Amino acid sequence: MREFGYQQVSDVETAVATLATSADARYLGGGTNLVDLMKLGVETPELLIDVTNLPLTDITETADGGVLIGAAVRNSDLAANPVIRQRYPAVAQAVLAGASGQLRNLATTGGNLMQRTRCSYFTDVSKPCNKRVPGSGCPARDGEHHNLAILGASEHCIATSPSDLAVALVALDAVVHVREGDSARAVPLTEFRRLPGDRPDLETTVEPGALITGVSLPGLPIAAASRYRKVRERASYAFAIASIAAAVEVSGGLVADCRIAWGAVAAVPWRATRAEAMLRGKPVAIESFAAAADAELLAAEPLEHNAYKVALIRNVTVELLAELTGVSR
Amino acid sequence: MTRSSLSSSFTVTVNGEPQLLDLDNRTTLLDALREHLDLTGAKKGCDHGQCGACTVLLDGRRVNSCLVLAVAAQGRSVTTIEGLGTADRLHPVQQAFIDHDGLQCGYCTPGQICSAVSALDEVDRGWPSAATADVGAEKITLDDSEIRERMSGNLCRCGAYVNILAAINAVAQ
Amino acid sequence: MTSTLDPATTRTPLMGQGINRIDAIAKVTGEARYSGEYPLDGMIYGWVVQAPIAKGRISDIRPATTLSMPGVLAVLDYRNAPRLSDAGDGELLLLQGDRVYYRGEAVAVVLAQSLEQARAGADALDVSYLAESHDVLFRADHPDMYTPELVNPNFPSASNVGDVDAALAAAEVVIDQVYATPAEHNNPMEPHATTAHWDGDTLLVFDSNQGASSVQMSLCRLFDLPRSAVQVKSEHVGGGFGAKGSARPPVVLASMAARLLGRPVRVTLTRQQMFAMVGYRTPTIQQVRLGSDRSGRLQALDHLAYSQTSKILEFAEQTAVLSRMMYATPNLRTAHRLLPLDVPTPRWMRAPGEAPGSFALESAMDELAQACNVDPVELRIRNEPDLEPDSGRPFSSRNLVACLREGARRFGWDDRDRRPAIRQDGRWLMGSGMASSTYPARNAPSTCQVQARSDGTFEVRITASDIGTGARTALTQIAADALQVELDRVELRIGDSDFGPAMIAGGSMGTASWSWAVVKACRDLLGQLDAHSGAVPAGGLLARADTKDDVAAQADVTRHAFGAQFVEVAVDIRTGEVRVPRMIGVFAAGHIVNARTARSQLIGGMIMGLGMALLEESLMDLRFGDYLNHDLAGYHVASNADVRSIEVSWIDEQDDQTNPSGIKGIGEIGIVGTAAAIANAVWHATGRRQRTLPIRPDRVIS
Repeated sequence: MREFGYQQVSDVETAVATLATSADARYLGGGTNLVDLMKLGVETPELLIDVTNLPLTDITETADGGVLIGAAVRNSDLAANPVIRQRYPAVAQAVLAGASGQLRNLATTGGNLMQRTRCSYFTDVSKPCNKRVPGSGCPARDGEHHNLAILGASEHCIATSPSDLAVALVALDAVVHVREGDSARAVPLTEFRRLPGDRPDLETTVEPGALITGVSLPGLPIAAASRYRKVRERASYAFAIASIAAAVEVSGGLVADCRIAWGAVAAVPWRATRAEAMLRGKPVAIESFAAAADAELLAAEPLEHNAYKVALIRNVTVELLAELTGVSR
Repeated sequence: MTRSSLSSSFTVTVNGEPQLLDLDNRTTLLDALREHLDLTGAKKGCDHGQCGACTVLLDGRRVNSCLVLAVAAQGRSVTTIEGLGTADRLHPVQQAFIDHDGLQCGYCTPGQICSAVSALDEVDRGWPSAATADVGAEKITLDDSEIRERMSGNLCRCGAYVNILAAINAVAQ
Repeated sequence: MTSTLDPATTRTPLMGQGINRIDAIAKVTGEARYSGEYPLDGMIYGWVVQAPIAKGRISDIRPATTLSMPGVLAVLDYRNAPRLSDAGDGELLLLQGDRVYYRGEAVAVVLAQSLEQARAGADALDVSYLAESHDVLFRADHPDMYTPELVNPNFPSASNVGDVDAALAAAEVVIDQVYATPAEHNNPMEPHATTAHWDGDTLLVFDSNQGASSVQMSLCRLFDLPRSAVQVKSEHVGGGFGAKGSARPPVVLASMAARLLGRPVRVTLTRQQMFAMVGYRTPTIQQVRLGSDRSGRLQALDHLAYSQTSKILEFAEQTAVLSRMMYATPNLRTAHRLLPLDVPTPRWMRAPGEAPGSFALESAMDELAQACNVDPVELRIRNEPDLEPDSGRPFSSRNLVACLREGARRFGWDDRDRRPAIRQDGRWLMGSGMASSTYPARNAPSTCQVQARSDGTFEVRITASDIGTGARTALTQIAADALQVELDRVELRIGDSDFGPAMIAGGSMGTASWSWAVVKACRDLLGQLDAHSGAVPAGGLLARADTKDDVAAQADVTRHAFGAQFVEVAVDIRTGEVRVPRMIGVFAAGHIVNARTARSQLIGGMIMGLGMALLEESLMDLRFGDYLNHDLAGYHVASNADVRSIEVSWIDEQDDQTNPSGIKGIGEIGIVGTAAAIANAVWHATGRRQRTLPIRPDRVIS
């Protein structure tokens, strides 16, 4: 690990200004991903700005009936929050499906959205990786990729985002609040992270040095019955091989409204807008759910070892939608 | 960056005693405990938050000390296995691990015990887990699947899980 | 003077009792120190630099940048490393030249004042290489595949009884299938660590290993030192499962570095480094052919196993050896083929041979049961041999049938509907399966010293190793029984090569072998005490034992422990998830010394078997030549949530042909058969055979 300076800050302005003083500084939240990557030599900051003491540790209800989650709210506090548990159960479930009790006590909301891929080529500096060293190549395409992307990937990168939380948030129309220089900006989570394209090293759409200050969820009645389902190789303490957050509103036997997002299938938490569009107005039935999943999966480009994920995400989508609507298979 | 800014002097309270440390910023809390304070109860099994052997309580909450920079723990309070109980005054969870043979090689054991103490506290506070059927419910019913899920951040290669479950059940009764 | 013995006292034997681990308090309080936890004055930290190529040469090492970094004292590499003598293990001839034999091989050690400085120096070390094309692809049809002379530890590579081909051609029912198991890594929770210190020409190491005298012997040979000049201590060891069964690179590197610096040096491997440097279980491809009559009585058994080794050391897994003793058949053939690749050397991992071999044999037996429409338990009973099928030798004891019957009774097997894919519980397809378990029960020579102290207590010294087995507790019980005293009058000291040569904790032979030496020394001491009328003279009394001649004089019978495992599985074929709600193991393993620790160890073996069945797999990248998923997030061992109900029991077994205590050893048998039982249950649940491990979601999803 490279040597680095360390600084604590107590207000957002100082945090952003301090970062700007260094060519290679990072904000330090819980450290569960950053410190991990620093040990591996993937991240080599010269300065860490500890943002855990910023006044961003509250979860507050907003005027529109939604909530604003401070960026420094620890995962465990987010999942334990009564408002989140009752009005956005998928968010609590997604957090609890991730990592371990110890890690959730450290990891922050903002940090979770910045989590980097767990692709084994990205995390090993002795190997090429376009995300880590642009232009060095992507060995994953012809190598080990059984848990890499089937959607939105490019020839340059097939990484997946490992976040569970982001999947639930993106399904429920979350907005990311960032501070860029002197100005504050709100970015829908659907637009916050970038697909790899020809620049897999660029992961977000915000300016370098931007600081996440919070995430807001709108007042969304449908969210109260939302659910998160995660499939993983181990029964716990493992990253997803597929996950889904969904909510469905049924009226007169038809789907009046729905929210669907997938995890572990793309570099971003994947909002399944085509599936949602396909499903709205359709009868509540297995066939409708399958057709919706298939509509989204038209864009899938699986490789040799991750083709199973197409069937997997389709099956788990049908299963969760059936569960949410009380349809038996 | 000047050399002096690459290390820090700060105080951390460890097992109730304030400790003044002057450390390389790179030093993790785990290495500070093991290499600088000779508290080797917290173990290094993976150094990446993937095994739980380094679990300690930070301000009363369980954390992977391998991912906490010591400098970032300044001003905070750390409890390690050594602070939880001693041979002549065992913590009830330590005693239960002995009674139910919740250990074999012992390397994951301090982390398991710290984690169990904190997990039981989380249950008392009404925190749900991935095993909780209704995350909206106010009260948690602590059954076997809840304990297994809550303890899954502590790997045990010897496979003492069945006995660890029994030990925690005994304390929870 | 204290009267030590009171023959009038009738004491209840301690053997068999489930007393608490003697080291439990030290372990639950964090007081137990492992080998990387001894702070020596002036100690320096060493960080290993690994080769990023799978084959080639080091063309240059330019340490200047590293040496200029804060805290860095030296770089140890092949140009300044002490010369080593060959100790019979090519993996230990470290830093002796510019050749690189596998990716991840140690090419240097950076020595610095702090861990952080050592790591940073290692990251920055400037080494250039001339890479050569490598071959790391394990496949059965590789032209370099050859037949080794012997397989681990020293079995003939091939065996043949009768005419297998003719019998298969004539058989009414034939099963002919190929099974595959992946490379797996032992991953004990404690990474390998050594703290080494030279005092003149005397070397002291605190080392994490399964046998201090074995490591001592390797160091003596490597450094050309007499036994008296090397002391190896391993008081507490955080698991091994074979990965610490002999000297591994850290102890050699730390010893060399400490020699170079003239200061104590500690080298601890990272979890990632362990995937290249301390061994693993070879991948296997196995063809099993069974021929039987319609009732399932075997006429022929043919087991051919392929595995890999490295280019610097031959390790030949004894994968097919268990088929030589398991089931009665007039025609029986086994063979092994071995492929040397540009990979790290595979070594022992819990039940080498039997663990992968039983997956193939016990899966094939299930397929035969299906083909003959015979209950799988009944099929095994029908094929129970009287004598060892391969050699014709008698078994010292063989209670497989008793285990099968007792396991079936406990599991409720008799109510089972044999048809596959007909049970559903919500999204889960339910099924049950079983398999037999076995492991050899061998002994190796060991030495022991027992001292009667004038205060009425006894000190037993033996170079045993407690890697979590409970050996420390079991041997104390055995000594107390042999001395006819209560437990608290016996102090057992282990993990120190100064106590004399002894077997390692491996091959399920540790406690068995050590117990023999302990009992022998204790009996000798009792004889001396008798001569002193039961009174200990002021200077104490000392007895020494060596079981070399006793072990050599053992009768020519075949000795094995047996068991039967029954499991229930739940399979979601839409997501590929497999859960194991219930596991039952019944074992016949001689005299069980400590009911508590034995149960724990057997359950632990079954849990590792569950991991083998469903989770564990080291993924080789063909272009880079290394195991990609080299950490505990990428390599999944079972977590607490993967384990549900597991019940273990054993049948009373008296076997007076194993050793004086009637011990067979239980360290490995728990993992043998588990994966087959689970695979067989997955077939029962889904109707689909799983012949490749692990049973991953992508192999289950339909």
